[in-house]
Amino acid sequence: MTDTALTCRGVWKLYGPDPKGFLANRESWASDTDIKDAGYVTAVVDATLSVSRGEIFVIMGLSGSGKSTLVRCLSRLIEPSAGEVMFAGRDLLKATPKELIELRRHKMGMVFQHFALLPHLTVLDNVAFPLEIQGVPRKERETRAREMTALVGLKGREHNLPQELSGGQQQRVGIARSLATDPDIWFLDEPFSALDPLIRREMQNEFMRLQSVLHKTIVFITHDFDEAIRLADRIAIMRDGRIIQIGTPEELVLSPADDYVAEFTREAPRTKILSARAIVRAKRDGEMITGEISADSKVAEFAKEVEAATGAFAVRDADGELIGVVDRAALMSVLIETAEAS
Amino acid sequence: MTTAVAFDDRSHDFKASTLVAVWIGFAALAVASFALPESTVPAWMREVPPQWRLGLDTAISNFMKWLVNDATFGLFTFREATRSISDFLNVLLTAATAIFSTGILRGSGSTAVQLAPPLPWVAVVGIMAALGYRFGGIRLALLAGGAFLYLAVFGQWASAMTTLASIAIAVPLGVIGGILFGILGYRVPLARRIMEPVLDLMQTVPIFAYLIPILFLFGFGPVSALIATVIYAMPPMVRVTMTALESVPNEIVEYGTMSGTTRRQMLFKVMLPAARPQLLVGVNQVIMLSLNMVIIASMIGAGGLGYEVLTSLRRLDIGRGLEAGLAIVVLAIALDRLSQAYASRRLTVQGDGQRFAIALLAFTVIIYVLGLIFPAVAIYPASLKLSTAPWWGEAVKWINIHFFDTLDAIKSALLLNVLIPIKRFMVAQTWVLVTAALAFAGWRLGGARLSVLVAALALFIAFNGLWEKAMVSVYLVGISVIVASAIGIPLGILGGLSDRFWRVLEAVIDTLQTLPSFVYLIPVVMLFRVGDFTAMIAIVLYALAPAVRYTAHGIRNVQPTLIEAGTAAGCTPFQLLTKIRLPLATPIILLGINQTVMLALSMLVITALVGTRDLGQEVYIALTKADVGRGLVAGLCVAAIAIIADRLIQTAAKRLAAGQGGRTREP
Repeated sequence: MTDTALTCRGVWKLYGPDPKGFLANRESWASDTDIKDAGYVTAVVDATLSVSRGEIFVIMGLSGSGKSTLVRCLSRLIEPSAGEVMFAGRDLLKATPKELIELRRHKMGMVFQHFALLPHLTVLDNVAFPLEIQGVPRKERETRAREMTALVGLKGREHNLPQELSGGQQQRVGIARSLATDPDIWFLDEPFSALDPLIRREMQNEFMRLQSVLHKTIVFITHDFDEAIRLADRIAIMRDGRIIQIGTPEELVLSPADDYVAEFTREAPRTKILSARAIVRAKRDGEMITGEISADSKVAEFAKEVEAATGAFAVRDADGELIGVVDRAALMSVLIETAEAS
Repeated sequence: MTTAVAFDDRSHDFKASTLVAVWIGFAALAVASFALPESTVPAWMREVPPQWRLGLDTAISNFMKWLVNDATFGLFTFREATRSISDFLNVLLTAATAIFSTGILRGSGSTAVQLAPPLPWVAVVGIMAALGYRFGGIRLALLAGGAFLYLAVFGQWASAMTTLASIAIAVPLGVIGGILFGILGYRVPLARRIMEPVLDLMQTVPIFAYLIPILFLFGFGPVSALIATVIYAMPPMVRVTMTALESVPNEIVEYGTMSGTTRRQMLFKVMLPAARPQLLVGVNQVIMLSLNMVIIASMIGAGGLGYEVLTSLRRLDIGRGLEAGLAIVVLAIALDRLSQAYASRRLTVQGDGQRFAIALLAFTVIIYVLGLIFPAVAIYPASLKLSTAPWWGEAVKWINIHFFDTLDAIKSALLLNVLIPIKRFMVAQTWVLVTAALAFAGWRLGGARLSVLVAALALFIAFNGLWEKAMVSVYLVGISVIVASAIGIPLGILGGLSDRFWRVLEAVIDTLQTLPSFVYLIPVVMLFRVGDFTAMIAIVLYALAPAVRYTAHGIRNVQPTLIEAGTAAGCTPFQLLTKIRLPLATPIILLGINQTVMLALSMLVITALVGTRDLGQEVYIALTKADVGRGLVAGLCVAAIAIIADRLIQTAAKRLAAGQGGRTREP
């Protein structure tokens, strides 16, 4: 992939007496039990991933899986024990404190699970805070903060204090604030987990709306597989500090790497995940073609049309190449799999 | 589950019968050293002979002399350093005194000419009422305004304003200093490791002990008093700052980092503001401790209310002493409630505060100008002043005329039959025996480390030649703690059982804890004159609160399921109390007694004013002679007693709680 925004290779985070020395001397151990016996606790094990520009990359895992530690290694809030993190053309782990401050001021934004708003500042001052830190003049930063506040739908609440807002509104402030500096990469650490289910849904939609306008490169952490599927271009699934599988939602559903991943995908809404490409069969000779479907469109998008027609639909990829056909029977098998799963 | 189990988990290496035998042996030796004629116990056991002593007092005194006379930092001498600190503080203090009390003066002494008067009393009362209204509504406005009105009406205005001026300087200095040290401790682990024990020691060494070096370095006067107040009031602020910074939510710190803050921005723009609510609690403590120092500070040169109390107490002018003492209480309550209300107030948007400040300033200016025209606005008219002093004097006279015999009989009976025999018994104990017993107790409770610690502290006292005085202190504190527990624990039990009773009780002990320790002496001296008995009652009054509070808390916080289990098993309410609540509350009650011991020890030196003959008196004498070594060593000995008691009791409470499989949560 040429247009990569962030890459990490072989990132480890161990807690124990001398993680760096231990990791540098890799011949001395092999298995997880060796690590444990040496007195180390693993948080992130050998993580490698790359995030493309403009992509929503979701890291999904249950609590204790190391997903929060990993995102903190990517932003260097936590010092990784080994590995490299390439961002903005350099290894982040080799940046000096001063360079790091500059990078964070201009190129990174982060949203936190419990909002992390400064309790003594108004909404406007909270949103303007990252600019204030950089020394942007008051007038300029307030104009920008007003824009961002309006963007997240909080116009009119500029002079409220965080404690006067609901949870959803507070997270909107958190989002506006993290976008105020127009960062290149946007980290969201379980941004909606502390919210009620209804509000969470609303915020996810809001988030997708923002992304359709902003096209940010996003690393999004969640423990909620449904949320991951709704939002992700690609998902990395973590367990016990390891990344088990990285793929699009469709790839995860079609070929889960192991039972653990399969367990998550089983109840996933297949019609919204699978695309025509995934359910095509070869065109029989002389078969009648009723219509055409793009290979990337999701089952849910064309199901009605296919169901109403008697014949098969030709599936063509972006270049117009015929890759197969889809008919009622194919549709049925998707629905049956979904029904069996639940 | 019995409490005995908790103590016996070491008995696999030590039989219970042997243990009992050892303790009986200690008891027999203790009785023997009391009952046998004095000549049978070698003199070196009673008091370590001078040639064996550490000579710490002379060493300290010599060091101080060297500091003052010869020490130099190269560019300037130590004396120049202290003098410039003193000059700087003097400027601040003069400014504050000018605003509140004297007005702007030209010249000094009796020839001084007033260029501008101080703040009019109407303005001060108005400002306090307005602050009260803003922080806590109409009730607090009435309380704060009323308190200052009281000071004016009862003729305490001038003294109270002198006191307020020094508080107005001491509190910001204490707060800023505390925050700076707190930041240092938070950032530099080594600094924290050094500061922690120093803070522990500062809170156990009696205040008087560090008055002496201050007196020695800065001389007698308001500046010395100010320094002493700041040093006394600062330690809690240091602690509060460290914990407040630590308890800033991790996400907020991470957010600060992710916004690209520099270290300084992180501290001043993120962490300190986020820690604001907790820091304000610390500010309240600094205010209260500064007020607590008011009387004591007057011993080294502070004027104002403290000086009034002190001189009245020395002249046994009960009426005036009580009036001034009450004025301190009123001031303390007003400032306490105001600062508490400010601390617990919800944040509001800032622009609003600016408008309030401008309005307040305008009000002050108008009143000030009015005061220049109408003297009654500036200075409370003398003709309207009330004084309760004669009335108090009469009341005391009346009590003494009618009840003198009764009071004296009670006092004499208790002194002769209880206090003096116990005192004799304690004084007869040799340092050899007591150290051995302490070491044994320490070993049984907490193992070798505790054993060595308590024995070393006991030997420290002995080898400074202060054993007998220390034993008198132990006697006085011990008996006061017993009396305080005998009153406090039953009250606490009642409070723990009845909500309605607790509401009343809590209000009373809250107030008791707001009062400066000195105030307790006044009424007691009024009724019982001077001596051990008076000292004991004053200590009991001062140290009562934690015994009540911890007991009530312990009784109250027994797990409801255990109470239900007891009820289901058919316990009567009395059985519920004795079989379930009390045993489970014992660890917490022990911690309460521990706090009572600490407060009693801190009151010890103050009671030296009424003629006790213990370590307190030693410190007090050293103070009057400005003998730094003697005073500090005696102070350290009080601290040693405090640490011995604290470590033994805390360890016992922890083991008890562990035996119950529970935790001890402090109220």
